[in-house]
Amino acid sequence: MIANYGYKDGSGEFFISIDTAKCAQCEAKPCVEACPEKILVIFTDDYDDEVIGVKEEHRKKIKYSCGPCKPITEKRNLSCQKACPSGAIVHSW
Amino acid sequence: MITAGVDAGNKFTKVVIIRDGEVISRDQLPSGFDRRQSAFKAFKRALSTAGLNEDDVQKVMATGAGRSEVDFAGGTVTEVGAAARGSIHVIPESRTVIDVGAEEGRALKMDETGKVLNFTISDKCAAGAGSFIEMMSQALEITPEEMGSLSLQAVQTVPMNAQCAVFAESEVISLIHSRVPKADIARSVFNAMAGRISSLVRRVGLNKELAMIGGMAKNPGFVRELEKDLDTKIFLTENPDFVSALGAALIAAEKIS
Repeated sequence: MIANYGYKDGSGEFFISIDTAKCAQCEAKPCVEACPEKILVIFTDDYDDEVIGVKEEHRKKIKYSCGPCKPITEKRNLSCQKACPSGAIVHSW
Repeated sequence: MITAGVDAGNKFTKVVIIRDGEVISRDQLPSGFDRRQSAFKAFKRALSTAGLNEDDVQKVMATGAGRSEVDFAGGTVTEVGAAARGSIHVIPESRTVIDVGAEEGRALKMDETGKVLNFTISDKCAAGAGSFIEMMSQALEITPEEMGSLSLQAVQTVPMNAQCAVFAESEVISLIHSRVPKADIARSVFNAMAGRISSLVRRVGLNKELAMIGGMAKNPGFVRELEKDLDTKIFLTENPDFVSALGAALIAAEKIS
């Protein structure tokens, strides 16, 4: 399953997409600790797979929550993507 | 086997009771401040309609934004999971589902068993949900139901540029003052909202087996604009606002068996 967390507003589309089929295969889930803003959470989904998701309180402000990893003047450093061994995390912006 | 599903939505709490996969009772109440109490009242009313007691129900599953507050439920399922399960039951040919309720719009893609393959939710912007239509109908001094049928008589669509419900209301008021007919304004509002929901659908992937559930599925004006925007026919069902509660009840039955 591809789970899209985020929103679209007048300034653009801001979604983090998680491939839960890939995510469920990874036991360590290092992305959760790697995220400096601690926006990711591990939970059991409707199909009893242990996967990650974006915390409820970050979903409506994800553009800003992820902002520190996406500086305009420097190279992006997406810690969650780097930590994910299976390439299950995609940012739309 | 008798099971129940409780959909504790932002505006209404819906309850469906099923026996061996067939709906035997349904009820709904405004969610209000105390969602737990509203859910329990609706559940009791649905039981009474079916002539049942609480003990007759083998399992209750809760879904919706307030699902964690339904403490008499034996488990919870996400809105997306319940919507998919309910949709595949009532519209077996559906593979993409649009669910537009009071405060949220969501789109999901699923397989033939109702397992979700891809989903996205829009709950940040009120301009993608039923509450937006209520606001706009107040500005037009008609009910949301009247707005739906009135929009079908429109002769033009006026582009609405505001992304935000607050600014959209200002646009509607400007159109009223410009003496644009109410029918045209109504269609324009539905057109703007359809554009937002369509972008969710395109994110999960549009296929022709498209169904719509949630309270907004009862609004013919919105459904027509969405069909035009997506260039496809949308499958509808009776009682579209109860589909997620039905899905939760079906999942409850599967958990037992």
